[in-house]
Amino acid sequence: MSEIDRDKLLDIYTRTMKVNRTDEKFRALLMQGKVAVMYYCVRGQELVSAAAMAALEDDDYVVCTYRGQGEQTAKGIPIEKWWGECLGKATGTCKGKGGTMHITDPETGIMVTTGVVGSGLPIANGLAMASQNSGDGRVTLVSFGDGAANIGGFHEAMNMAQLYKLPVVFLCQNNRYGEHTAYADHTNSKSIASRAEGYGMRGVTVDGNDVNQIYPAVKEAVDRARAGEGPTLVEAMCYRMMGHFFGSDFSYMPKEHLAEMQAEDPLPKLRAVMLERQFSEEELDQIVADIDAEIDAAVQHALDAPLPDTDEIYKDVLEEVN
Amino acid sequence: MAEITMTQALNLAIDEAMAEDDGVFCLGEDVAAKQGGGVFKITSGLTEKYGEHRIRATPISETAIIGAAVGAALAGQRPIAEIMLMNFVGVCMDQIVNHAAKLRFMSGGQTPCPIVIRTTTGVGVGFGGQHSDMLEAWFAHVAGIHTVTPSNAADARGLMRSAIDANDPVIFIENILCYGLTSEDPGPGYRVPLGKAAVAKEGSDLSIITYGRTVLDALEVAGELEKEGISVEVIDLRTIAPYDEETVLKSVRKTGRALTLHEAVRPFGTGAEIAANIQEKCWDDLKGPVRRIGGTFSAVPFASHLEQAWIPTKAEIVEQIKASVGRV
Ligand SMILES: Cc1ncc(C[n+]2csc(CCOP(=O)(O)OP(=O)(O)O)c2C)c(N)n1
Repeated sequence: MSEIDRDKLLDIYTRTMKVNRTDEKFRALLMQGKVAVMYYCVRGQELVSAAAMAALEDDDYVVCTYRGQGEQTAKGIPIEKWWGECLGKATGTCKGKGGTMHITDPETGIMVTTGVVGSGLPIANGLAMASQNSGDGRVTLVSFGDGAANIGGFHEAMNMAQLYKLPVVFLCQNNRYGEHTAYADHTNSKSIASRAEGYGMRGVTVDGNDVNQIYPAVKEAVDRARAGEGPTLVEAMCYRMMGHFFGSDFSYMPKEHLAEMQAEDPLPKLRAVMLERQFSEEELDQIVADIDAEIDAAVQHALDAPLPDTDEIYKDVLEEVN
Repeated sequence: MAEITMTQALNLAIDEAMAEDDGVFCLGEDVAAKQGGGVFKITSGLTEKYGEHRIRATPISETAIIGAAVGAALAGQRPIAEIMLMNFVGVCMDQIVNHAAKLRFMSGGQTPCPIVIRTTTGVGVGFGGQHSDMLEAWFAHVAGIHTVTPSNAADARGLMRSAIDANDPVIFIENILCYGLTSEDPGPGYRVPLGKAAVAKEGSDLSIITYGRTVLDALEVAGELEKEGISVEVIDLRTIAPYDEETVLKSVRKTGRALTLHEAVRPFGTGAEIAANIQEKCWDDLKGPVRRIGGTFSAVPFASHLEQAWIPTKAEIVEQIKASVGRV
């Protein structure tokens, strides 16, 4: 496999750190009691989202889940709007009516963020079907967890996507847990990707903590989709280093396994790759410092922003205000 | 002018919309030419004209069908999805209720979801408990969806065009027993606006508020009672939700008496909501309680005499009207 070129690597690094710093900031705000909302941590999964978004074009479509911070920020939602929505403000992407679990920003290509496990896959097919019908050349990527692979809609969507050779990429972020249930307690298949074969589809499992595996795998899937060669199921092995949502109990996650997984943390690994490729410590630190400054300003902006007008509850129900 | 059946009316409306807008496409089980153009032939002849991408025969995957319709709508297309029989909406309620109906709202108006979900049902054809239910109340209870059902072929043509034009999801319920009904063809481009009821017959003693196949029963009963000197007004809602409250209240204020009538079971049905609204808003004009007629509160039975006994009968409608106007 050829090396990822330096520009792309820098791009992936920047996106990864954007996801990570956003996650750290969110947890800090929650811990300090400055905000009180549901937040699904992405610690440990930053690289998967960032590499996947780096493999897409700007106008490609993305469907994600409540744990979609990574896709959303890495795809490039303006962060003031992102924070505004998470804090329920009028300045948010959805005027405060969506919230952390329902971020939509069509300009960035984030078309749906769903809170219903496994619901995104059938919708991604539809976005891809529209592209196939209109010939607009777009690819749709849908991200979901390992738990979602046991929902009926997953199987229906896989079958349909392969049947029509839709330009869609199914990205399973196998973080080893579906809420409190460990992978082995919800699935007997040796991998999620192995299920692709049952639909006549291409399926690959890669190490989501290794940029040299995850990026090429998603890129290849995207390229194939765009070339009309149909869908791919990419399973990225990763680890959810925190509880299901911020503040939730995670005593069910064995400590030894956690320690083992911490050794696989994608961030130091990515940094090592960057240094190997002659990026300097200072350069990498500066990127993080710039991101932090940008996030701080966005958070302040969101904290100061107005709440949505109460009348908003009557608007956007149907086209005509009723 | 030529007569058309409701089946032809729906086919013509879809054909016209597809000819005018490349973004309109159909998907559903068996809908394409290879499978015979749909079990009720609504999409017959369209594959030949528009190809297999625009008349997509799908696997038996209701969740994937509606999900795909939702996704395509978000991308700016106007899918018409068929759920072969209304009872099967249970399989894809998540996509309809949590996604189609709410994506406009939850996105702050950014992603409207213009899909038409065509589905068919009806009591009286011996399909039994899992193929006959009218489930409109399930959808009427959810904000963000139009629920529509025509009672005649001309309305079917006009309502289907408006449903396809609409920038929101529409559940379009076709009663199997109405497919063969004929009307004078209203011609190309004909539209019946969503949310507008029709006064199917004027009257002065009592208003029946109904929709779909039971409009026919109401009209028949109204015709008979006319001879006995009871003047019944029949309101065909056409759009069940959000419904034309203005036309309903105006009629009840005029007649002073109201009866809601539907094929769906009576408890928690749409008739209950309409009746409650009438009592609240027309209390001073009412000469008696608003009455409700609906199907029996059981699964739809198979044996034909049981099935017939399950549906609201014309005798029951007559009886309720007479009781209401004080002539038993
Ligand atoms: C249909 C449905 N069932 C149950 C839930 C409750 N729930 C929310 S997240 C979750 C776990 C999902 O796990 P997975 O798909 O692996 O995604 P992850 O949270 O690990 O990203 C469950 C059971 C839900 N939101 N939707």
